[in-house]
Amino acid sequence: MKYLKFLFTGILFGVILSKAEIISWYRIIEMFRFESFHMYGIIGSAVILGAIGVQVIKRKQVKTKEGGPITFSPKSMSFPRYLIGGILFGLGWALVGACPGPMFTLIGYGYLSIGVVIFGSLIGTFTYGLFRNRLPH
Amino acid sequence: MDFLIHPWPWYVAGPLIALVMFLLLYFGESFGMSSNLRTICSMAGGGKATNFFRFDWKSQQWNLVFLFGAVLGGFLSANYLTSEAPILLNPSTVNALEGLGFAKPTSAYLPKKLFGVSALQSLSGISILLFGGFLVGFGARYAGGCTSGHAISGLSNLQVPSLLAVIGFFIGGLTMVHLFFPLLF
Repeated sequence: MKYLKFLFTGILFGVILSKAEIISWYRIIEMFRFESFHMYGIIGSAVILGAIGVQVIKRKQVKTKEGGPITFSPKSMSFPRYLIGGILFGLGWALVGACPGPMFTLIGYGYLSIGVVIFGSLIGTFTYGLFRNRLPH
Repeated sequence: MDFLIHPWPWYVAGPLIALVMFLLLYFGESFGMSSNLRTICSMAGGGKATNFFRFDWKSQQWNLVFLFGAVLGGFLSANYLTSEAPILLNPSTVNALEGLGFAKPTSAYLPKKLFGVSALQSLSGISILLFGGFLVGFGARYAGGCTSGHAISGLSNLQVPSLLAVIGFFIGGLTMVHLFFPLLF
């Protein structure tokens, strides 16, 4: 039962991705062509509200549901890791028009051929695991 | 209930995504979708190949449940919250895509040219989907996160590494759409 809240939060996320057309391949292409404010508005407003909320959580030391501290793990600094990894991710994101969240929501939506993309992303993740010691981080 | 059926504007979707992130923080976890790909690799026995997949994946079960919810959310939207209206894209996007051989967008979220039955039956069609997925999976893990982990969670926490990753996402995405699309299609 402790997982039920995650199920409902996931459903909410999937409905948002669907209803705001974030799972649309076309919206991603439109975004990278700078021809609509839609995706920028979504990410921008989420980040602005997110940043305000995170500051409130840190200053007021908001607790989790169980009463523990809400912790944020700072990411270690690197240029090659984030830039190269980010560029590879971006190339794929624009080609298939879906990042990891939307991929799964699209399956539920009935677009089963996105399963090939999910399979590819698992191979990609696995390949990273195999070669990560040889990559600049 | 009409407002549920129509496409949601950005100022509804953005704040709701922030809410999803805060709910996960309140539950003691964090918002990041691509971690699930690593978890699935671990469950499939990836730990036999490299220690990157040797971790306590059971601690990530909550995220798999969240992912399953996101699948259900898509199913519910498709079956109970759908309008048949075609997507209202910028006409110049539509024109540019038509120039590359993509049919006029309908209410469908994915183009037939890339995701239709005939694309799946051709070697080049399957290769594009596999390769695109590969880049997303490899890139997300290399960069340590995807759109949810870096662009939403990381930027909300004012992380410079996340800003670098998001800049990378855009360099990659712009290169694909403006440089490689005319070559590929």
